[in-house]
Amino acid sequence: MDTMASNVLQLVNSTMERVTSALDFPSARAVVFGFQIGGHLFVEVLLLVVILFLLSQKSYKHPKRPLTKKEIDELCDEWVPQSLIPPITEEMRYEPPTLESAAGPHAIINGKDVVNFASANYLGLTGHEKLLESSTLALEKYGVGSCGPRGFYGTIDVHLDCEARIAKFLGTSDSILYSYGLSTMFSTIPCFCKKGDIIVVDEGVHWGIQNGLYLSRSTIVYFKHNDMESLRNTLEKITTGNKRAKELRRYIIVEAVYQNSGQIAPLNEIIRLKEKYLFRVLLDESNSFGALGRSGRGLTEYHGVPIEKVDIVTAAMGHALATEGGFCTGSSRVIDHQRLSSSGYVFSASLPPYLACAAITAIDVLEDNPALITKLKENISVLWKGLSNIQGLSIASNPESPIVFLKLEMSTGSAKDDLKLLEAIADRALKEDSVFVATSKRSTIDKCRLPVGIRLFVSAAHSDSDLLKACESLKRVSAAVLMNL
Amino acid sequence: MIKIPYFSALSTYFSFGLLFVFGHVRDFFRKIFDFFHSSNLQVLLFFCFNKISFASGSCRFWHNSALNASVLCVNDPDCFGRPISSAPDVWFDIVHRYSNDNNKTMRRTSKVTRCLNLGSYNYLGFAAADEYCTPRVIETLNRFSPSTCSPRVDGGTTTLHKELEESVANFVGKPAAIVFGMGYATNAATLPVLIGKGGLIISDSLNHSSIINGARGSGATIRVFQHNTPSHLEEVLRQHIAEGQPRTHRPWKKIVVLVEGIYSMEGELCKLPEIVAVCKKYKAYVYLDEAHSIGAVGQTGKGVCELLGVDTADVDVMMGTFTKSFGSCGGYIAGSKELIQYLKYTSPAHLYATSISPPAAQQIISSIKVILGEDGSGRGAEKLARIRENSNFFRSELQKMGFEVIGDYDSPVISIMLYNPAKIPAFSRECLKQNVAVVMSAFPAVPLLLSRARICISACHTKEDLLKALEVISQVGDLIGIKYSLAGSNKQHQEQGPKKLD
Repeated sequence: MDTMASNVLQLVNSTMERVTSALDFPSARAVVFGFQIGGHLFVEVLLLVVILFLLSQKSYKHPKRPLTKKEIDELCDEWVPQSLIPPITEEMRYEPPTLESAAGPHAIINGKDVVNFASANYLGLTGHEKLLESSTLALEKYGVGSCGPRGFYGTIDVHLDCEARIAKFLGTSDSILYSYGLSTMFSTIPCFCKKGDIIVVDEGVHWGIQNGLYLSRSTIVYFKHNDMESLRNTLEKITTGNKRAKELRRYIIVEAVYQNSGQIAPLNEIIRLKEKYLFRVLLDESNSFGALGRSGRGLTEYHGVPIEKVDIVTAAMGHALATEGGFCTGSSRVIDHQRLSSSGYVFSASLPPYLACAAITAIDVLEDNPALITKLKENISVLWKGLSNIQGLSIASNPESPIVFLKLEMSTGSAKDDLKLLEAIADRALKEDSVFVATSKRSTIDKCRLPVGIRLFVSAAHSDSDLLKACESLKRVSAAVLMNL
Repeated sequence: MIKIPYFSALSTYFSFGLLFVFGHVRDFFRKIFDFFHSSNLQVLLFFCFNKISFASGSCRFWHNSALNASVLCVNDPDCFGRPISSAPDVWFDIVHRYSNDNNKTMRRTSKVTRCLNLGSYNYLGFAAADEYCTPRVIETLNRFSPSTCSPRVDGGTTTLHKELEESVANFVGKPAAIVFGMGYATNAATLPVLIGKGGLIISDSLNHSSIINGARGSGATIRVFQHNTPSHLEEVLRQHIAEGQPRTHRPWKKIVVLVEGIYSMEGELCKLPEIVAVCKKYKAYVYLDEAHSIGAVGQTGKGVCELLGVDTADVDVMMGTFTKSFGSCGGYIAGSKELIQYLKYTSPAHLYATSISPPAAQQIISSIKVILGEDGSGRGAEKLARIRENSNFFRSELQKMGFEVIGDYDSPVISIMLYNPAKIPAFSRECLKQNVAVVMSAFPAVPLLLSRARICISACHTKEDLLKALEVISQVGDLIGIKYSLAGSNKQHQEQGPKKLD
């Protein structure tokens, strides 16, 4: 036992000695910086070799196999597209009434004379002899179309005259004509607002502005419809919360008279906020040009704000001026920039010359007859009073706005059903009382969520009996339709 | 494809580089001077001007290059936007302008010059007062007044509008049509309605700005295929149907392919039969924009479908404008009855925009009657034959003279290649000196290197007019050195001539 133990001990000792001596072998010894390194070098070298081996191994990646031709063929055969348009429902078959005469304060529908409240003919210039005369002369001289964009011989001298006339009337340095009212806003906005800019816009703006905002790719922030408190809070949030906001371009976009509700924007308040928070203002005066203000110069005159404070003013001419197209006005740098980079101006044919002549004549008539504006204001107040106590309908628009907007007092809950009721009212008013009003229909791609309603466009050419007839008719018909619910 | 001579390519790059540097230097100094008396908006515009994006190849997708356009236009504004004081007929009056501040602002004078019009889109000659159309238009003006002041869906539909839509549908060969007041807005308001997020739009690389804007406004994914190459379209379709939507790989909701009948800057016809065949095979919808081809090509003027023998039922959506061949304004969409009904229900241009002006509508109805021969005279057929003859004659003569000309046989749009940016104003001014008015196209409407002069032939151009134009262009071509196709030593000899004219 003892000998075995001592033998084992000796064996272990001798192995240890051998190992130690091997490790103490001169090659395993190194003197680095005065320190002796023993046999650890061998271990370290082994460790290094293992590390290098592991590093050199590639990590496992799923092998990439592109689709074969056969697989692509199968996928293409399998794929079933949606149909180009959804199935046609009953409400899509709606046909508007067809006019058989000019859309003046009275029109002829189905052989009957009706009182027309569906045309935004605020000054009653539809059918005015001076307009017809100047348009006829223009047609004989220039033909109908201008056959080219403004850059390629589509600039006719009447366009330049019209632009100068508008600028003179409004008191700005220059203006630019567009050939379509709707395209004015969706060409102007992307021209100035680029990706990264901040735009604060009212939630009730029309589709032209919405499309322009989408194309500009800027950051959009909506504020509550015509609510200055909400606007102030939004501006506050943007400027204080975000340090970078100071270096970005910032815009506020509002309409003077909202097409979707008839409200009037409080411009003096907006200008005050704009100057406080350093934003720029774009104003769409389509429904206020020629209708608001003592001499018809629009919202700036109505609120007593100098027009230089508004950076860019656009308007469609298809309302008060009884012609077609649109214009934008502002400082000359603003306008010159649009002449090169506004896509609706550069890449599209220019306005037909006879329409530009009609616009010039319309402005001349307006300047010579300020009584038209007074008559329009009177008509608006008469109609407003007459429609204020209809059962089931309430007026949602401003008392001075030329668009009188009636909405349902008690909404059914869905916009579609509301629209059905309102259309029923409008149909009966037309059939039974020969009063032609329009409901506000929305496109499926329109983002506005304001309530739908019946719109009456007041004209200076409406007589008192017309207005009275409309009030009575709507009272009677809405009571009849809404009582049957 | 066009092969640019090496020397021209190099000199063009050099010229553009020079203009670019010059533009930046000038903006730099403007920034310094404006700092002393600037309003907020001027600094804003400086930033707007500075946002350029130079993309090589087909640059039509990039419209932010205001700097480039502004540099060219500010240096030579007398070549763009020349005002006229008569109808844009075959001979018209160009108003003289002068500038006191180095071409910054141009002022009109009362002096006019009668010039030959090679620039306006007047394919069938309806631009000026016409013996059949104009009396009817004036009658309509007196009856319906210039505007209805109301969108179509409210109180803007008159009997005239209904007649117009039937007439257009009949002319184009589709069951129904809808008409809008502006061609640009037709594209911009229709594409977002037809396709939205989750759909795929495959557009030709040289499509017009209105189509691009409409496609962008729709929210769908946009891919581009090589200009007029059906095989590349097939490749793109196969790849994208197999992969599905980006990131989620869900299948696409629908695919729409956008092509034009005649490409306005090249004068090339679309390879419609092949493209329609590819789209049918892969179940994609075809949207054809016939702005320049409706009324101008085809045996009876019915557009590229008639010319190339494609059945109109195979093209899902046919769009066109009335500005070019009908001498009016506005655009239309023609398709199946259901499609038109749907558009009438939801297209923003139908619901919110003022309806097309009644006199303009009457002009279209009357001109369609003339083209179809329903007015009793043979003027329509005569006009169509003449425009074909004129365009082919003009093109072949230009090619004989040695110009680099692009544009297909039968197309009324002919482009003469210039390449060098300095030749653009030179060509324009020299031609104007000899009373010929032409239109120049430079970047960004065309690729960077391929600037050109574009000529639009009209049915009302007489043989003498064309011969005069050819003579003038030949002289100017010799002066500037653009007869690239003349062989060898002749070409060298001409390019030694003066290149830059002040």
